[in-house]
Amino acid sequence: MTAFRLKDGGLIDRNSRLRFTFDGRAMTAFAGDTLASALLANGRMLVGRSFKYHRRRGIVTAGAAEPNALVTVGTGGRREPNTRATMLEMFDGLVAESQNRWPSLGFDIGAMNGLLSPMIAAGFYYKTFMWPAKFWEAVYEPLIRRAAGLGRAGYERDPDRFEKCWAHCDLLVIGAGPTGLMAALTAAWSGARIIVADEQARLGGALVNEREVVDEAAGSAWADGVAAELASMPNVTMLPRTTVFGWYDSNVFGAVERVQKHVAEPSPKRAVERLWRIAAKRAVLATGAEERPLVFGGNDRPGVMLGGAVRAYLNRFAVAPGARVAIATSSDAGYRTAQDLASRGVEVAAVVDVRAEAAPRDAAGARVVSGEIVATLGRRKLRAIEVSNAGKRERITVDAVAMSGGYSPIIHLACQRGAKPSWDERLNAFVAPATQEGLSIAGSAAGIYALAQCLQDGIDKASAALRLLGRTPAAVTRPAVEPRDDTSSAPSWRVGQVRGKAFVDFQNDVTIDDLGLAVREGYGHVELAKRYTTTGMATDQGKLGNINAAGIIAAARGKSIAEVGTTTFRPFYTPVSFGALAGAHRGKHFAPVRRSPLHRWAEKHGASFVEAGLWHRSAYFPRAGETSWRESVDREVLNVRRNAGLCDVSTLGKIEIFGPDAAAFLDKVYCNGFAKLPVGKARYGLMLREDGFVFDDGTTSRLGAEHFLMTTTTALAGPVMAHLDFCAQVLWPQLDVRFASVSDQWAQMAVAGPKARVILQEVIAQDISNQAFPFLGAAAVTALGSIGARLFRISYSGELAYELAVPARHGNAVADAIMRAGEPHGICAYGTEAMGVMRIEKGHVTHAEINGTVTPDDIGFGRMVSNAKDFVGRAMLRREGLVADDRLQLVGLKAAGDDRRIRAGAHLLARDAPASTANDQGHITSACYSPILGHHIGLAMLKGGRRRHGEQITVWDGLRGEGFDAIVGPPAFVDPENARLHV
Amino acid sequence: MASLIACPHCGIRPKEEFAIRGDAAPVRPAADVPASDDRWNAYVHLRGNPMGRHREFWHHAAGCRRWLIVERDTATHAVFAVIDAQDVALGRTAP
Amino acid sequence: MRYSAFQILRQAFTGNRAWQPAWREPAPKSRYDVIIVGGGGHGLATAYYLAKNHGIRDVAVVEKGYLGSGNVGRNTTIIRSNYLLPGNEPFYEHSLKLWEGLEQDLNYNSMVSQRGVINLFHSDGQRDAFARRGNAMRIHGVDAELLDRDGVRAMAPFLDYDNARFPIRGGLLQRRGGTARHDAVAWGFARGADARGVDILQNCAVTGIRVENGTVRGVETTRGTIACGKLGLAAAGHSSEVAAMAGLRLPIDTHVLQAFVSEGLKPFIDTVVTFGAGHFYVSQSDKGGLVFGGDIDGYNSYAQRGNLATVEHVMEAAVALIPSVSRVRVLRAWGGVMDMSMDGSPIIDKTPIENLYLNCGWCYGGFKATPASGWCFAHTIARDEPHELSAAMRLDRFARGYPIDENGAGAQPNLH
Repeated sequence: MTAFRLKDGGLIDRNSRLRFTFDGRAMTAFAGDTLASALLANGRMLVGRSFKYHRRRGIVTAGAAEPNALVTVGTGGRREPNTRATMLEMFDGLVAESQNRWPSLGFDIGAMNGLLSPMIAAGFYYKTFMWPAKFWEAVYEPLIRRAAGLGRAGYERDPDRFEKCWAHCDLLVIGAGPTGLMAALTAAWSGARIIVADEQARLGGALVNEREVVDEAAGSAWADGVAAELASMPNVTMLPRTTVFGWYDSNVFGAVERVQKHVAEPSPKRAVERLWRIAAKRAVLATGAEERPLVFGGNDRPGVMLGGAVRAYLNRFAVAPGARVAIATSSDAGYRTAQDLASRGVEVAAVVDVRAEAAPRDAAGARVVSGEIVATLGRRKLRAIEVSNAGKRERITVDAVAMSGGYSPIIHLACQRGAKPSWDERLNAFVAPATQEGLSIAGSAAGIYALAQCLQDGIDKASAALRLLGRTPAAVTRPAVEPRDDTSSAPSWRVGQVRGKAFVDFQNDVTIDDLGLAVREGYGHVELAKRYTTTGMATDQGKLGNINAAGIIAAARGKSIAEVGTTTFRPFYTPVSFGALAGAHRGKHFAPVRRSPLHRWAEKHGASFVEAGLWHRSAYFPRAGETSWRESVDREVLNVRRNAGLCDVSTLGKIEIFGPDAAAFLDKVYCNGFAKLPVGKARYGLMLREDGFVFDDGTTSRLGAEHFLMTTTTALAGPVMAHLDFCAQVLWPQLDVRFASVSDQWAQMAVAGPKARVILQEVIAQDISNQAFPFLGAAAVTALGSIGARLFRISYSGELAYELAVPARHGNAVADAIMRAGEPHGICAYGTEAMGVMRIEKGHVTHAEINGTVTPDDIGFGRMVSNAKDFVGRAMLRREGLVADDRLQLVGLKAAGDDRRIRAGAHLLARDAPASTANDQGHITSACYSPILGHHIGLAMLKGGRRRHGEQITVWDGLRGEGFDAIVGPPAFVDPENARLHV
Repeated sequence: MASLIACPHCGIRPKEEFAIRGDAAPVRPAADVPASDDRWNAYVHLRGNPMGRHREFWHHAAGCRRWLIVERDTATHAVFAVIDAQDVALGRTAP
Repeated sequence: MRYSAFQILRQAFTGNRAWQPAWREPAPKSRYDVIIVGGGGHGLATAYYLAKNHGIRDVAVVEKGYLGSGNVGRNTTIIRSNYLLPGNEPFYEHSLKLWEGLEQDLNYNSMVSQRGVINLFHSDGQRDAFARRGNAMRIHGVDAELLDRDGVRAMAPFLDYDNARFPIRGGLLQRRGGTARHDAVAWGFARGADARGVDILQNCAVTGIRVENGTVRGVETTRGTIACGKLGLAAAGHSSEVAAMAGLRLPIDTHVLQAFVSEGLKPFIDTVVTFGAGHFYVSQSDKGGLVFGGDIDGYNSYAQRGNLATVEHVMEAAVALIPSVSRVRVLRAWGGVMDMSMDGSPIIDKTPIENLYLNCGWCYGGFKATPASGWCFAHTIARDEPHELSAAMRLDRFARGYPIDENGAGAQPNLH
């Protein structure tokens, strides 16, 4: 026989019949089923294959710890590998397929591995596959990778939505079993703001799976009632289908809600999964306990399940695991399984109790054997077990085994923040420290198993938590239940005889023998054994096997399990989808987009935009007939140099600085002096880090005696502002200075070219003639008759140029007006590409040069550095290495013979020197084609470069297979005398 | 590290609003300390880096933009105190 | 016991009963010529090369936990030598060369897999920076290729080429880069060192360093006082704590870096990919898990755990780069404590204290350096002078103004 559906009973809706397929085969289920219960109801015992030996595997659990029943569900972009069938709510149209088998689940070639098992024991791969060395990548690894993995990920984009949210509460209750529900009820009635999260769709925990009577009602009905009452209260947020996966600092919990994972077609209006970050003042952990398997020969054969799972399938889903079931137990829980089976008319062949001295218990009439299972038998199906009973071997015909190896409190979350689990001799389990800051553990998670005590503990722990929060807990009476405690157990990892393989970690195929081998070879520390054998490293992270593994290792080492300990608990409690953790931050929304106030103006002129950090900047403005970006850029450059152009420079950082000590403050943060800068003047400033290297540069203007406007580079606007904050608040707190970022408040445009003045004069009210407003002038002006604006006569392009700043909302209008005024003069829009060409022609630096490793002197500004004042970077700038004469210095380069394309990133060698790291003389930082010169040029950092003007060197670009000679010169190629700036 | 930080000006805020500079112990040498003095290197490059109590400069970058001194435990991530760094620099608050 | 296919076959027939321990569990002696503090990858490699290259076999490695319990067992297993600066590149290339022959040398398969490392770029500026880097590699004779977008697509078709916020424009590829089985590296060096006479003392925490008249004499440990001729510190994230026992203050901050592994998947990522527009790097192990990580959490920490916000940033980058992983699940996150230096580069040097040697500052790049770090540190200890490959990695470089700052972030460890 196989498993089958009972004629009646269960918490399923027999009127709602659902269709699904497994490996292409159509089956039916009822609403309320999981995929696992539905597969069992359809008689499917074989549902998966193990990782290493490809052994036939069936469903072991009815919950989150399932190691075997992993399937791939969904299609296309919704394809989802490694889904636990035990946690998947059935829906109409579900498509599931088995994994890690070829050609089919029933006949899997990979199962040949089982024959080789003596050769491929734990760690075998560390001892071979080493010869010849080249064969690893060519032969061995491809073979290993062919066998790797479980399910296959999809290649398509996920069509669904994901989202994230924050939530705050007084008390978070994790787990809505009997303990959690009572804790929640207590807190809710006390008026506290609470959140109740449970991984199941149906709340009640064990009450849903067991035959319990609470307040004279069926346990599940009682749970439904409490859940409904909680849901109706305004101070309660109920989160079913929500797994709390991590406990983080400040009592913040991470949880993922499966909002629409139980429907065939998710609504596009809602997320399919939602990440919750729950900031809880306190939390009650009521996560229950995990039943442990027993380790015996053939304990992985389909049909061998946990006792608790057998009861869950029987009571909740009305599915019997077989027609004749054996119980293997080291715990009184095995007798409960026998009673439940008998009550539903399923034959119990025997209760095999490993406890030699087990007191008589109610086995519902079944035979009790004091002994242990040695082996399971059967080919495609489980047919019998072999039992060792007082030295005798006996074969018992069965088609299912329910095993109960005692319980492990689920303390995963409680041990994620450094608390160490400790071994409890009485419970035969690891427990977490009972009181931790912000967290209390209640019920079975704290090793309290009897239902009556769990209900009471929920009340007590919630009441204690409420008192710590300064609240008076409501008086709550524990509901009436039948007294029953059948959870006492004996340590069960002391395995006697084994025939066949006895598995500790089902999914990763780790056996007792593997653990013994690890201990013999020196990997006996529980963490080393885990890493060497991979026990506990599968998708269930050792939920089922870790305690058995620790016990077996302890026995092999002749130590106690307390001394051996267990491995570290780390997030995630159960695996979490990347999608849930990423939320909406995906695709185009991975990072925000910053747009300049002149973005619309640029769009209107056909700009091609480029990402610059978060910004979208106008790179160039192609015109009809232009076939390459170079053509457009060349035109823009020539037009600016011959006529005029307008460029959006709004992205520069802008900081207003006020106060009696504003000038003194600038003297501290710039290496050059600002105290004597006259009002109405701008000055180039160089800012260093305290280690003496250049941090940022920009122009700062004095708009009043106690008022400056600083500009920064686009990339470092934020870091410079933070640096100023630090200097003002921490380093020189006595200076009376205030500042504010105004980067977003102003639209700023560079108007450059010989005709810049005549064009600008048409929109500016004030006289901007060379006499009235000479080079480096800075003034408040009026644009378009009424707009308060700021004008700076500064030039990045090397042409006669101005930068005009207007309030951001007027940016597009003023830019349009300038373009109109400039039309007769041939003005064009130009972008960052043309700006880049002109600054290279002029020898100006950007972050390609000031990359955090250059000194002022390296880039030709050595003489700017003040000797007369203290400033950030002053001391360290004088270190030996920063003044060494073989430092890289900024130079200009052009090809020695015929024009050659110069590329940034090429390195430099002395002429005819062989390429080597020792001979490396520097590298090219920026390069372009100069349309005004008619050839390529570059800026480079060259060892002792300023002494080498006129020298021929070799440009070496092995990466792109290029090399040629170039002539070193000063960095400024165009107008080195700065004559054009002063016209 | 704490997921939430109690800014003395803004209240309890998510850690992500803050930028961290590091050890708050080193004091910038006075302007008249010669550049060759070892104190400069110690100020710029050496760190206390204890396992346990540690005082760090944090910047409430996405909030009040004040530099704060956060005293906390680097082993347990417990936070003991958050104070305004300027108050310390001016001697208004004991460090 | 030599490992081989034949040995495996032989042992299989006797039920795998006769395998010998990979290393001894000796009691501490009262004195060693050299004691190495730290039984991680670097410490074990140092002991191995002290014995192998310099004939110094009276060596103990003291480890406060189990061997390999530090960062060698909690990293993303990437090996590469794609460095920019002359103080770094020859060192890391030597390391990669040692990786290439490591398994045969150690007789232990650490699964060095040269499946290639691609660093993606998303802008012209990044391309230029990678070109400079690639040429710094090529000029030293190291393989490097600059791929265009189609070149990247051919190797990594699963990336987002159509809808990305930061479009992929190309990548810098080092084909000889790849991954290794991290734990096995520690085990291989431990077994090799043990076979040459090195005592590996696990569960032996150093509690004090004995210094007399400016010369180191020994260490106090939880297993008693042990005298030594020379003492080498290879304590990674705990370097500051250990060095403080000898009165040294280091240019080091200890930070936590999280790493992650997904559930096992059929292999589809056959190379190492790093995202250029967000901190993210990923490979797929030979077991099928995606192994990946991002940036450090950003604060000093000795706790081997991180924060949720960093987890989210990493996952956002993952989905942005590889959209189809949205439905894949992440299985486990862990944290390592990193010895972040003031310029992002390591320190292998003597110290102002006689016979005390220092190996630290690996930031989050220590794994790939393991063999060369051991090689050069062993040389420094044995000869009392720096190895030429680590000559730039001096402790006094900060005071003297010779930082090895690959990304120009300056003395701000959380920006490296």
